[in-house]
Amino acid sequence: MFKSVVDRLKKGLNKTKKQLSESLSVLNFARSIDESLFEEVEFALLKADVGVEATEEIIDFLKKESKKRKIKDGEQLKQLLKEKLVEILSCCRGQLNLIGEKPDVILFLGINGSGKTTTVGKLAALLKREGKSVVLAAADTFRAAAIEQLEVWADRVGARIVKHQAGADPAAVVYDAVNSAKARGDDIVLVDTAGRLHTKEHLMKELQKIKKTIQKFSPNQPCETLLVLDGTIGQNSIKQAEVFKQATDVTGIVITKLDGTAKGGVLIPICQKLKIPIKFIGVGEDIEDLQPFDPENFVEALLG
Amino acid sequence: MFDLLTEKFSSVVEKLKRAKKLDEKTVDEALKDIRRALLEADVNVEVVQQFILDIKQKLVGQEVIKGLNAGETVIKLIYDELLNILGEAEPLTKAEKPPTIIMLVGLQGTGKTTTAGKLANYLKSKGFTVGVASTDVRRPAAAKQLCTLAQTIDVPCFVDENEKDALKLTEKVINQAKNAGLSYLILDTAGRLHIDEELMDELVKIKEKVHPHEILYVADSMQGQEAIETAKEYHDRVGLTGVILTKVDGDAKGGIALSVRKVLGVPIKFVGVGEKISDFEPFYPDRLAQRILGLGDIQSLIEKMEAAIDEDKAKKMAERVMNAEFTLEDLKEQLQMIKNLGPLENVLKMIPGIGSKIKDLKVDEKQFVKIEAIINSMTPEEREKPHIINGSRKKRIARGSGTTIMDVNKLLKQHKEMKKMMKKMKKSGKMKLPFNMPNLPF
Ligand SMILES: Nc1nc2c(ncn2[C@@H]2O[C@H](COP(=O)(O)OP(=O)(O)OP(=O)(O)O)[C@@H](O)[C@H]2O)c(=O)[nH]1
Ligand SMILES: Nc1nc2c(ncn2[C@@H]2O[C@H](COP(=O)(O)OP(=O)(O)OP(=O)(O)O)[C@@H](O)[C@H]2O)c(=O)[nH]1
Ligand SMILES: [Mg+2]
Ligand SMILES: [Mg+2]
Repeated sequence: MFKSVVDRLKKGLNKTKKQLSESLSVLNFARSIDESLFEEVEFALLKADVGVEATEEIIDFLKKESKKRKIKDGEQLKQLLKEKLVEILSCCRGQLNLIGEKPDVILFLGINGSGKTTTVGKLAALLKREGKSVVLAAADTFRAAAIEQLEVWADRVGARIVKHQAGADPAAVVYDAVNSAKARGDDIVLVDTAGRLHTKEHLMKELQKIKKTIQKFSPNQPCETLLVLDGTIGQNSIKQAEVFKQATDVTGIVITKLDGTAKGGVLIPICQKLKIPIKFIGVGEDIEDLQPFDPENFVEALLG
Repeated sequence: MFDLLTEKFSSVVEKLKRAKKLDEKTVDEALKDIRRALLEADVNVEVVQQFILDIKQKLVGQEVIKGLNAGETVIKLIYDELLNILGEAEPLTKAEKPPTIIMLVGLQGTGKTTTAGKLANYLKSKGFTVGVASTDVRRPAAAKQLCTLAQTIDVPCFVDENEKDALKLTEKVINQAKNAGLSYLILDTAGRLHIDEELMDELVKIKEKVHPHEILYVADSMQGQEAIETAKEYHDRVGLTGVILTKVDGDAKGGIALSVRKVLGVPIKFVGVGEKISDFEPFYPDRLAQRILGLGDIQSLIEKMEAAIDEDKAKKMAERVMNAEFTLEDLKEQLQMIKNLGPLENVLKMIPGIGSKIKDLKVDEKQFVKIEAIINSMTPEEREKPHIINGSRKKRIARGSGTTIMDVNKLLKQHKEMKKMMKKMKKSGKMKLPFNMPNLPF
């Protein structure tokens, strides 16, 4: 990759790191272990959106393990916590999986406003920088001006867009997009879909229909079905991941808006429960603000 | 909305109802369960600690309230405390000299633009002249999005897509809108992070230019632990006058609803309950408190029915429901009405004692068609007195409606259970504490 990109990624990561580290880093680990330290760690994990269940589990583990290893000192406890979190998240280290069919199709889904369209734009830019030819499919035909929003992104990154009118059948848009990409030998089709709450069954069915349409072209596609989670959302993300996974075989997660103060700790229970690889994190609204997910850095940042 | 919280609270309530004495163990256990329920619902940790402390303090030395048993006394206290946390409902301000300017602010993607359309629609339906204006120069196609919504409800939309400076844009649209003879003007702003100095500055400047009468913070009801810090920062910077919670049509756990009033002292004024422009309601704290405790939201249900349905019919129906004279004909009519009410799950959840029990209920609207077909194949007498439907009648009905005898049996059983439930509802009266309900049909 080009140097400027690397710099940009570093900068973004630092920003995230600073934000993520806040609550746990104010904890004073430089003391000997007692009940109040465990309580403070518990509190901090809860504040980071790790959730009650996972937090209780982690605290239990820390208590048992520190006894077993005869750990007395807070710094060592912190190390132990770090190990544990990295261990959990390592199962979910993930990279974008492209198989080199022309086209590879990447399907984006998620609840309303989570950042799908923006992530499509950012990923398109990233792929273009790697020399790929990218087509955007405007399959959100429902929300007001969703098509126009994607058009702006297509312009920005210099990608072709395939669109129908507002209100059109999303599966038909996808068909046209993949079909034309195939005819022209494009590398990748990114499919932007309408936001939908996981509780709405008919909308989940619509996603399955879109997926089937893609599979008509190749059984290997979509090579990625990416669930875009909003990093500011709390425990509800677990439910979202469960339901979307069940309905559409999600192959990866993108978590956005980690440039704010939200900690994204909900990734821990999600990863524990569902083992879905986490592929990218979104750290801003600009075209470069998409980074690969790295468990070590994430945990490092979380603990400060 | 807020199902999980309701579910958890209901189980605490069930346990408490069985408690005869208010001993320390009973109370501690209940409080522990409640703490957990609140945390799982993303209620801010600090708010949770405080809530538990407050209840505990009140319980020490608490006499059992007359007419209630021990468990019910605790429930009553929790209910009061919830109400205390949620505060009073407050209406929108109205400016002495129109237009009343309402500015919507908040994080990215929470639903500001959509809400601008919804609020305009709501005010318009109350008979006011309303306009919307955009100050968002950042989000791609923001102006287009707002005006598309405005167009569907036929209200004026003030934008200038060529103006790329937010402050200049603000000035332009405000000047245009002020001369349009509106009673309300709704101002959409770009989403921004509370820690984004530059953009928060911009927001302050927009505010100073516009002097809005209301600054409403549009918050995603699914937000996590940072929700309150974020809202607080907004409040400190621009001075919020209210909150609108969005996306409560999902299975949001509603933590922010319980935290925001307590921490900011700012009322929740509306909730967004869907993607459609009409999916929008005023917020009533008492109803939410009742819902959380599984007491249902009969009031919202009735209002919703009234809005969607011919008023007379609805009243008659409510009466019949209350008197448990619910015939199959009524059921059919009700299904037709319900179709106008929007997603059935939402409606069912408002019924006391049911909301918490149908967490995983999926309403297949196709079932409706089947039920209607079956009822249509019945004689008026059969609809009035389902008990006369014997084997041969069932056969005829199944054939006539293109269904099976099993389907007919199922419907009859469901109807019977509904009726039973309504009888119980009637017996228990409105403010009585929760009770066991048979599982809802469908
Ligand atoms: N700060 C920040 N904002 C983001 C990020 N990703 C997306 N956004 C913003 O979030 C808002 C919603 O993003 P969209 O891409 O429109 O979300 P969406 O999921 O396509 O929304 P719908 O199609 O309406 O469901 C926009 O204002 C984006 O600029 C991120 O990583 N950080
Ligand atoms: N299900 C549901 N979706 C909603 C609700 N309110 C808004 N949305 C959806 O949330 C998404 C984001 O809404 P927008 O109105 O674009 O959000 P915004 O705050 O204006 O976003 P930015 O301007 O990018 O900050 C859209 O897909 C809306 O349709 C609601 O109450 N329920
Ligand atoms: Mg979108
Ligand atoms: Mg907007």
